[in-house]
Amino acid sequence: MSDDNNAPYYWHRKLEGNLGMFAVLTTVVILIGALVEIIPMFTVTAGPQALAGVTPFTPLEQAGRDIYVREGCYTCHSQMVRPTRAELLRYGDWSRAGEFEYEHPFQLGSRRLGPDLHRVGGKYPDAWHYEHMRNPRSTSPGSVMPTYGWLYTQTIDPADVTASIKALRAVGVPYTDADVAGVAEQLKAQGGQIVQALASQGIKASPDHEIIAMIAYLQKLGVQGRAAIKAQTAAQAASAQ
Amino acid sequence: MATSSNARTASAAEIPLTTAVGGAVEYDEQITKYFLTAAIIFGVVGMLVGVIIALQIAWWPANLGLQWTTFGRLRPLHTNAVIFAFGGNIVFTAIYYSMQRLLKVRMWSDALSRFHFWGWQAIIVAAAVTLPLGLTQGKEYAELIWPIDLAIAVVWVAFAINFFATILVRRVQHMYVAIWFYMSFVIVIPVLHIVNSLAMPATLGRSYPIYAGLTDGLVQWWYGHNAVGFFLTTPFLGLMYYFMPRAAERPVFSYRLSIIHFWALIFLYIWAGPHHLLYSALPEWSQTLGMIFSIMLIAPSWGGMLNGLLTMKGAWHKVRTDPILKFFVVAVSFYGMSTFEGPMMSIRAVNLLSHYTNWTIGHVHSGALGWVGMVSFGMIYWLVPRLYRTDWAFPSWATTHFWLGTIGIVLYTVSMWAAGLTEGLQWRAIDEAGQLKYPNFVNIVDQLQPFYWLRLVGGTMFLVGIVMLLINYLATVRGAAPTPAARRVAAAA
Repeated sequence: MSDDNNAPYYWHRKLEGNLGMFAVLTTVVILIGALVEIIPMFTVTAGPQALAGVTPFTPLEQAGRDIYVREGCYTCHSQMVRPTRAELLRYGDWSRAGEFEYEHPFQLGSRRLGPDLHRVGGKYPDAWHYEHMRNPRSTSPGSVMPTYGWLYTQTIDPADVTASIKALRAVGVPYTDADVAGVAEQLKAQGGQIVQALASQGIKASPDHEIIAMIAYLQKLGVQGRAAIKAQTAAQAASAQ
Repeated sequence: MATSSNARTASAAEIPLTTAVGGAVEYDEQITKYFLTAAIIFGVVGMLVGVIIALQIAWWPANLGLQWTTFGRLRPLHTNAVIFAFGGNIVFTAIYYSMQRLLKVRMWSDALSRFHFWGWQAIIVAAAVTLPLGLTQGKEYAELIWPIDLAIAVVWVAFAINFFATILVRRVQHMYVAIWFYMSFVIVIPVLHIVNSLAMPATLGRSYPIYAGLTDGLVQWWYGHNAVGFFLTTPFLGLMYYFMPRAAERPVFSYRLSIIHFWALIFLYIWAGPHHLLYSALPEWSQTLGMIFSIMLIAPSWGGMLNGLLTMKGAWHKVRTDPILKFFVVAVSFYGMSTFEGPMMSIRAVNLLSHYTNWTIGHVHSGALGWVGMVSFGMIYWLVPRLYRTDWAFPSWATTHFWLGTIGIVLYTVSMWAAGLTEGLQWRAIDEAGQLKYPNFVNIVDQLQPFYWLRLVGGTMFLVGIVMLLINYLATVRGAAPTPAARRVAAAA
């Protein structure tokens, strides 16, 4: 078709001949939805949805979280409990926005090849996790999860964790100078507690092995949120009376 | 009818248009061959990894007890390989072949074309090394670590400069519809990639996104869903708009429809991301927007499907004998099916059942194998004889590949639907006492084993199909007579 002013879609034929206009229009069209949805999100956790009592991960927990990310646990496990009766019974209270305030990156997941883990903290003793990660079928017969034997030989490097804590502080997690300086001590202290708990179950473990960080991380999941939700509910009930 | 005469002109890209300037053009065919070869090889690799991880779900010892080969590390390798290595190289093949012909001009810079090719392959190799090592950002389809992310941005800029400069020096006034779809891909992918990858490095292999929690989740799924939209949909629609009319030797059905569905598709797609976070703590308004825009997406998606299928008008009889058209027709049909299924799954009540289950995996693969895979194979079977100016070494294999692929997809999706419904219903079943009817999670997992084996059979059939393509391709290329480096085309004066 030639450029006939009377032809249908003449305006679009003109547009097809104008690269600059076409590219700009395409960009504008896709930016509208993007901006409308993304910009308001920067106010979400700061507002009334923030949960009192939710603290950043300790260095050991963060080291465990880095392992969780490294192993791609999110490819099989979600960390987001939905507000239904069945999920309340199976996993516990539904996940609140404020619980994820210090999570970089988010690990909500998209698949439950295994169960949701958002409220797994405190559900089992440390020894259960220790055995489970080494051989999932020892604690959960029929499980299809891989074995994670290398977590029991590879060690956590305090300098590496310090670099992580610094980077996380740079993106807004409120770690203090003392937190950054005390990473090595914190790893030792919290790791020691877990090793002690394991020893009481007859398990001999070393505090700098990766499995200890993994246990620290898993045992933190959902615990503070659960307490905060309980406190909020109690406060609401009290003010209603 | 005015529409169809418009369409005829708009699609008859190979016929020299009156707006074209005279003179001879030497198209760069070598770059097309490069990308095509890489696409087929990485397709085999990516799908092989898919079959391996499918086996790991059915039979966990296939994880091998090695840290580099667990499901959690190989699954990102599979997704990145099939999307960015196979899908990416296919799209680049289509773009480098068709845009030179549509614009009647050689790519603006051979150096940039080659930088793009080698840069992209280097990124793929870097991904294949780092992901099994556990070097990841932990965001689905955006796992690659920050140094590789930077490389992607640089390579993309080189590609974009070459792409736009080629359009600028074009010798055809109007940009054909395929170019619009390619352009949306070239523009949107870097926007998604950069915004989602903004992060603070801690070490060379580890970084933390600047976003936290649900904000990170929203940005990620805005990226993730639009990777589907602008990496696996719009450039492949561009591919369809160029190669399907050529293979069918019919003009595109409707020019008007292509205008409407192009603008509607790119406008609506970008909103749909939050449907991945339904029933999460994401604000309700955002979830609702995601759901509503997903449902609206049916219209432009089906606009593309109908424009593709109706282009076959007058050529349907050829489908019986021509494997290329078989691939295209099945691909476009799967596109229509999965773009109907997707919006249904983004309805909150349906999503409550389907989310987290194998249903999602089935849905993704009906789009990825059925649409992206089949439309790619259709293009390859059409393109190779023209590119190498020789017949396929084993012409009958194309039909065998088609049936292996089609039956494989059906086995894959049906088994995953069944598995998804089974687990989704059992997870939420409540007995008369108000307690969980299936409280033991592992027992539910165990019941899915037959479906996992069936899925493995379907996936393996699809893999065998592309392996046949690779063998056929290598035999064809080896047997091809040495051809002139470039094809001379005399445009009408």
